[in-house]
Amino acid sequence: MEIVVLLKQVPDTEATIQIGDDKTTIKTEDIKWVINPYDEYAVEEALRIKEAQGESKVTILTAGKQRAIEAIRTALAMGADEGVLIDDPAIEKTDSLGIAKILAAALKEIPCDLIIAGQRAVDDDCYMVPAAVAEFVGIPQVSMVVKQEINNGKISCERTVEGGTVVIEAELPALFTTQKGINEPRYASLPGIMKAKKKPLETKSLADIGIDSNEVGKAAAKCVVRNLSFPPERAPGKIIEGETVEEKAVELARLLREEAKVI
Amino acid sequence: MPQGVLVIAEQGEGKFRKNAYEVISEGRRLADAIGEPLTGVVLGSEVEQIAGELAEYGADKILVGDDPALADYTTDVYTNVSFDIVKNNDPKIVLLGASAQGKDLSARLAARLNAGLVMDCTSLKLEDQTLIAIRPVFGGKVLAEVAIEDTPQIAAIRPNVMEIVKNQKAGDLEKISINTGATKTKVVEKKVEASTKVDLTEADFIVSGGRGMGGSDFSVVEELAHVLGGAVGASRSAVDEGWRPHSDQVGQTGKVVTPNLYIACGISGAIQHLAGMASSKYIVAINKDPEAPIFKKADFGIVEDLFKAVPSIIAEIKKLKE
Repeated sequence: MEIVVLLKQVPDTEATIQIGDDKTTIKTEDIKWVINPYDEYAVEEALRIKEAQGESKVTILTAGKQRAIEAIRTALAMGADEGVLIDDPAIEKTDSLGIAKILAAALKEIPCDLIIAGQRAVDDDCYMVPAAVAEFVGIPQVSMVVKQEINNGKISCERTVEGGTVVIEAELPALFTTQKGINEPRYASLPGIMKAKKKPLETKSLADIGIDSNEVGKAAAKCVVRNLSFPPERAPGKIIEGETVEEKAVELARLLREEAKVI
Repeated sequence: MPQGVLVIAEQGEGKFRKNAYEVISEGRRLADAIGEPLTGVVLGSEVEQIAGELAEYGADKILVGDDPALADYTTDVYTNVSFDIVKNNDPKIVLLGASAQGKDLSARLAARLNAGLVMDCTSLKLEDQTLIAIRPVFGGKVLAEVAIEDTPQIAAIRPNVMEIVKNQKAGDLEKISINTGATKTKVVEKKVEASTKVDLTEADFIVSGGRGMGGSDFSVVEELAHVLGGAVGASRSAVDEGWRPHSDQVGQTGKVVTPNLYIACGISGAIQHLAGMASSKYIVAINKDPEAPIFKKADFGIVEDLFKAVPSIIAEIKKLKE
């Protein structure tokens, strides 16, 4: 089975984000970059499918800057077989729809029966790219999956919804996105890290995948970030004083009713 | 020429999601701003009887796609049907709720329409005819102001943020024929808990437990949530310890929530957790460590052992509710 994982490199969730001087991007210096946490589940699930099915290949596909090679290498060290990075100066300020077009174009050159991606990237929180890739490739999608099973050319996916899950069966080729709980991603082993250095990892430009640079970038974007700001700071809170815990509880209940008017 | 606002109002088991009322109310506001009509869309099986309700929230026209094939949500059928409706009605603006279904549908629909989508937005405004959205990014650490170019302009609205406003309009009902198109997916099983359970993203009250819970016994937190009529949440450490299911996790790698009241019990306040709950209207923190970062975000803090404080709070709230 040919499996492709769509992977994005994002700032560590513990990182403090600083807004850049242009007010539309973040400062990228001093940031620790990691594999998008939901994409780690996607890599792990791809490897488990490969191990269960045998005779399979896992390809990591990323659109990003050269630093994303580190994220791809990490996925290769976990056990993925090949990596493809689409890096091109024209990609700057491309919106999610444009990124999906780029990934879909790259997928024309990569055989695939199954595409797996994280349910969202924890930087722009758009939830958009996997669905749009599935649309452009012309295959079904199931999002936020916590369990899957492949049988007779079909994949059955347990998808999380409000208050529970729904099991959806889709014909392959298909795309599904991973939700926390699907697995525990493995750590790259030392031999894995050594092997990863020799695995194929190709960087391609937009021209290489047949995309005209006018189709992407800010000029082609349907969504344009005009400004980034920080949410308003919350006013300093009040530590409730009292002789006993009961006194504090009485005061809290009073504040919630009389000041906050929420109960 | 594109005209008007179209709202796809999500329902389940013959009831609109709370979020659907928020979305239709916002749709009315935007329709008034551009001086054009608001159309509500209801899709499902045996939904004709509830569809008229959208008139109370400002729908000038209501399109009802009532078909057994729409009983369960699947991406491909709902995208096919929604795409046809958007094409036939040619709206300037399309609004959905950012529920599990709304996120999935809006993303696929936007791709098929080659249209701009602002996902999970918390505020919308118009500049001339351009829709400008505020949407939290980096799990809420930053707010992005995003403009959508071209029409239709699609927005999926975060639950629990926008106001529900009654505004009676004609709400002329029109039953539409639907074409489900080719489908490669089907629902084979539903494991949805009783609909009485409040989802975290739509809850008005959330009581969350963290590492300070010390184990999987969340009974005090559950009781407080029950007394308030709210939902139970958890920090990443509590979920990673296996004390709570992943679906309870609040934070940048879990759910981003905006209740009226968020009570954090035994949660220190890691940056990724704060990102997920900092836009709650009121925050209460209970932690025995006075230095815990959570107190910097809390409106009200109690420095106590949560196992002593929470039962007292439950008793006081019960008294108030009597």
